[in-house]
Amino acid sequence: MNLPDIEQTCRDLAQRLSDFIQTEQIENPILVGIRTGGVWVAERLNEEINCSSEVGTLDISFYRDDFTRHGLHPKVQGSELPESIEDRHIILIDDVIMSGRTIRAAMNELFDYGRPASIRLVCLLDIGRRELPVQPDLCGATLALNDGQLVKLTGPKPLELTLA
Amino acid sequence: MINDSFSDPNKVQLTEDGRLKHFLTTEGLSRELLTEILDTADSFISTQERAVKTVPLLRGKTVVNLFFENSTRTRSTFELAAKRLSADILNLDIARSATSKGETLMDTLWNLEAMYSDMFVVRHADSGAAHFIAEHVTPNVAIINAGDGRHAHPTQAMLDMLTIRRHKDGIEGKIVAIVGDILHSRVARSQIHALRTLGAAEVRVIGPGTLLPRDIEALGAVPYYDMKKGLADCDVVIMLRLQKERMQNALLPSEGEFFKLYGLTEEKLAYAKPDAIVMHPGPINRGVEIESAVADGSHSVILNQVSYGIAVRMAVMAMAMSGQQTPIITEENA
Repeated sequence: MNLPDIEQTCRDLAQRLSDFIQTEQIENPILVGIRTGGVWVAERLNEEINCSSEVGTLDISFYRDDFTRHGLHPKVQGSELPESIEDRHIILIDDVIMSGRTIRAAMNELFDYGRPASIRLVCLLDIGRRELPVQPDLCGATLALNDGQLVKLTGPKPLELTLA
Repeated sequence: MINDSFSDPNKVQLTEDGRLKHFLTTEGLSRELLTEILDTADSFISTQERAVKTVPLLRGKTVVNLFFENSTRTRSTFELAAKRLSADILNLDIARSATSKGETLMDTLWNLEAMYSDMFVVRHADSGAAHFIAEHVTPNVAIINAGDGRHAHPTQAMLDMLTIRRHKDGIEGKIVAIVGDILHSRVARSQIHALRTLGAAEVRVIGPGTLLPRDIEALGAVPYYDMKKGLADCDVVIMLRLQKERMQNALLPSEGEFFKLYGLTEEKLAYAKPDAIVMHPGPINRGVEIESAVADGSHSVILNQVSYGIAVRMAVMAMAMSGQQTPIITEENA
């Protein structure tokens, strides 16, 4: 299978995000990446379009819905949001969207920090297999994988995609 | 005293792949695991600084505070920790309940298990009580030791480690002195094990000969009988509460005499490094083991310890509950 060129995909996605912020008239957004890959993508996008003074990070380990099945992730790093998110526009960023459960957990966590004015979702890759009604507003590329196949983003510099 | 017939605590408190499933003692735990507890606790300090202090991690789990020995503070911090993990918590004051009507310990436990409890936080006057319960409890119920006899008080030791790490930029290479009644102190024992494992350069214990255990050097601590020598070059001074009930056993001449020799005053603190921190597990006896000027002074981190205590207990509860789950290895959980 041909994997998309990550550099090109990031540049295109950054441009589309910039246009999106303008057309949707999103004032002073905060970019928030989901650990770990989402943070790399958020930082990469912000390098291109510089729309957020600081990139926030969310560690959703304490919010996973599969804790009773998988237990606690051994390397919890914690979340760091740059400022109050009360009444702010959040652009939530993840590297790969699949089931949608990560996004649900991330939104639950965001609401424990305050009440944002809005949350938009940007993902670098969509590999389908959704289990929840969660769709990204913008997506860099869509991949149709075979059963049991997965993609993994490594980084942060350079960002690289591998099949697993 | 500690019963030698107890099996290796790490066979009981760890899963086969080395994760925590009960928390009974700091003794013999690896540096990696102790560090993981501290790292997880650090994350919980940040969640408690938010508008909403709770995380949904233990939602639907039932935690029972099983205190056979009274302790308002430890029980309250465990209660808050459980609540901030979204668990349901039941406080059982066993001293005043069924056991005093003749029910055996195991009967009490079986009754609580029948109520679908997921975790017991146990404090007991007998050394080894938490270990005993962990060996006999139904699988998938986690036991956290909140102090057993003279044996161990591992969550107190870990909150002290977190305090040192946050205020002294790490534990490695530090000189730490523990002052007071070491003989009866489960806190000191757990601290010594944790400090040695985490790489403290030297652990000293300071007190009158009657209050220092004879085997203290075997634990890896150096005994001192004099504050001036013992505090020299220390980075951390941990004062222990003088348990006044010990007074009756003639182990000590008098409170006044103890304060004169071992009470922490600004004058004695000056023997330690200028940037030394002063810790105390509480509750403090002002004017017995520590003077107010030191307890409330700029070197004191005593109240920070209380805040960190909640985060450490959250970490240990989350990790033990996590170790009780049978991991289902799936390809992905994105």
